Amino acid sequence: MNAKTPSRLEKILRAGHLAVTSECGPPRGSDIGHLAAKAEAIRRHVDAINVTDNQTSVCRLCSLAACIRLKLMGLEPVLQMVVRDRNRIALQSDILGAASFDIHNILCLSGDHQRFGDHAQGQNVFDLDSMQLLQTVRRMRDEGRFLGGDPIERPPAMFVGAAANPFADPFEIRVPRLAKKIAAGAEFIQTQCIYNVERFERWMQGVRDRGLHEKAFILAGVTPLKSAGMARYMKNKVPGMDVPEEVVKRMAGVPKDRQAEEGIAICIETLQRLKEVPGVAGFHIMAIEWEERVPEIVERAGLAPRPAVA
Amino acid sequence: MRLGYPESVKIIRVPCTGKVDALHLLRCFERGADGVLVVGCREGDCHYQSGNFRARKRVGEVGALLERIGVGGGRVRMVNLSSSDAPLFVRAAREFHEAVLAAGPNPVGRRRRPEPAPARAGAPNPPPQEAIRP
Amino acid sequence: MIVAERKPIEEILPWLEGVRSVLVLGCNECVTVCEAGGKKEVGLLASALRMVFAQQGREVNVGERTLERQCDPEYLDELRDSIDAYDAVVSLACGVGIQFTAERYPSKAVYPGVNTCFMGAALERGVWAERCQGCGQCLLALTGAVCPVARCAKRLFNGPCGGSTAGKCEIGPDVECAWQRIIDRLKALGRLADYETLIPVKDWSKDRAGGPRKVVREDVRS
Ligand code: SF4
Ligand code: SF4
Repeated sequence: MNAKTPSRLEKILRAGHLAVTSECGPPRGSDIGHLAAKAEAIRRHVDAINVTDNQTSVCRLCSLAACIRLKLMGLEPVLQMVVRDRNRIALQSDILGAASFDIHNILCLSGDHQRFGDHAQGQNVFDLDSMQLLQTVRRMRDEGRFLGGDPIERPPAMFVGAAANPFADPFEIRVPRLAKKIAAGAEFIQTQCIYNVERFERWMQGVRDRGLHEKAFILAGVTPLKSAGMARYMKNKVPGMDVPEEVVKRMAGVPKDRQAEEGIAICIETLQRLKEVPGVAGFHIMAIEWEERVPEIVERAGLAPRPAVA
Repeated sequence: MRLGYPESVKIIRVPCTGKVDALHLLRCFERGADGVLVVGCREGDCHYQSGNFRARKRVGEVGALLERIGVGGGRVRMVNLSSSDAPLFVRAAREFHEAVLAAGPNPVGRRRRPEPAPARAGAPNPPPQEAIRP
Repeated sequence: MIVAERKPIEEILPWLEGVRSVLVLGCNECVTVCEAGGKKEVGLLASALRMVFAQQGREVNVGERTLERQCDPEYLDELRDSIDAYDAVVSLACGVGIQFTAERYPSKAVYPGVNTCFMGAALERGVWAERCQGCGQCLLALTGAVCPVARCAKRLFNGPCGGSTAGKCEIGPDVECAWQRIIDRLKALGRLADYETLIPVKDWSKDRAGGPRKVVREDVRS
């Protein structure tokens, strides 16, 4: 398969390697040094780094500026873009801004509702939804046109991704929804973090039954648990998250000072199991404020060294 | 058995406390009542199923409004008792009487009558009706 | 109907400082049905205002009136003879009626007595829920007659977000997920396969986004 963009992530996936991506959240201020350091620490262990876009609706330094910084450091950023905060004019404008710095990956998301964030009284936009954003980026890239129809000089060359949550409701449309995203233009998919591997496997079965794994690269998401408390919180409080009781029990079953290690161990075991699932094209490791452990996770899961591509 | 309740208590009979509207209660205070005790049947004994529950909610709502406009939320209260239970009624009336005495006179004042219709009336709404006739 | 909620009296009182007469003006339509601004609520607010003014030692004439509609010139004209008796009007109609009353009587101060919330329906006595946002280009035919504009917290057109859980929206357990409803409806209609048809980018120019809107019917226009 020939790459359609200069994206390194795309090349690695098209070459048939299991890709590894990770993510960093920008700071709540203008000092970007910490983010740069986090990214630097995982440089050799991941193929691309997602930069979140005001995740959980908490206001932060913008994803675009942070992606530019990573790009200038010679890293491969994935620009996350939510449709909550910008209308179609701003979205397309930011896409062009990213393209001007040769940012070659974008992940199209709806974004958490602002009720969860630090500006719960704010207005939201939702001019497009995430599927329509996918279509928009593909139109800009493939047809070289804005949504409004006018031509774009030097269209963005972006590898286009979307998120999928195999665990959310309504259950019967989990696979159709993925199909819809792929039809809208998604070329790679990063999933919600997986703790319930059986349920993920059932979803993948449905994905394979429809041949969707051949139409888009599916990167299975994982997040190492830091403590039993975090496991319980994710299980009970985070909408659309499936943390089985035995995972919570396993975390709670070890002394507090060793729970972090247990969390890393579970994460590595999960990755090893996911490697065996047909149709999985790579992994997205979301180590929330724990990026320094990513290299170790990648190595112990047998995913190092990362392949070199031209 | 003759049991005395405070003289100043004026009894207004209604078919069911469910009939007692928030507006009736407010009108009482507007005209200077110092307190209104709504006496309903025991919970679960309402002849109309839920009249007394609805009255309780309205009493709560009116109490909150009276509190916010400076009249005092404690001036309206609801009790539930059986109509044959005179001693309980007398006790409730006395207790409420004490509470109202402690709260003092209704700050709205007794002299006021309901507002007359606007000076130059085109076709005004009729003046508020007599709330509840005994 | 248009659903409104009574404003707390504390918010209204400062507007009435210094007035010598005020008309509390209700409306017999939607706000009566949603118990925010009908004759009954007019009576309650007027009564409370009288008690407040009495405590302040002010002689304020508080009038009560409820019109058939405040969004129709014909009914508003019924006030023409009596309105001069008042310095101010507190209207308990929806935002439309409040503005229309003010437009009809340009020299009167007209204040809102309600917060106008949404277009909705009565789920049960005392509970109203939003159903439509008047987007100007109805797409209910595509979504099993469940509106994603008004009922999905993110007004998503192509399926649920990842936060939909057990029929509830990610914003809270007391909010239904519109997309769960849409899927249930499509399933009941035997049209689940339609879900995979992409709903294209919406033309919001017919919505509020396009500026204040007007509907003109030349054939019925006088
Ligand atoms: S699609 Fe538009 S017009 Fe139709 S119900 Fe929803 S908001 Fe109202
Ligand atoms: S949970 Fe359902 S209703 Fe809520 S934002 Fe997501 S899709 Fe919309």
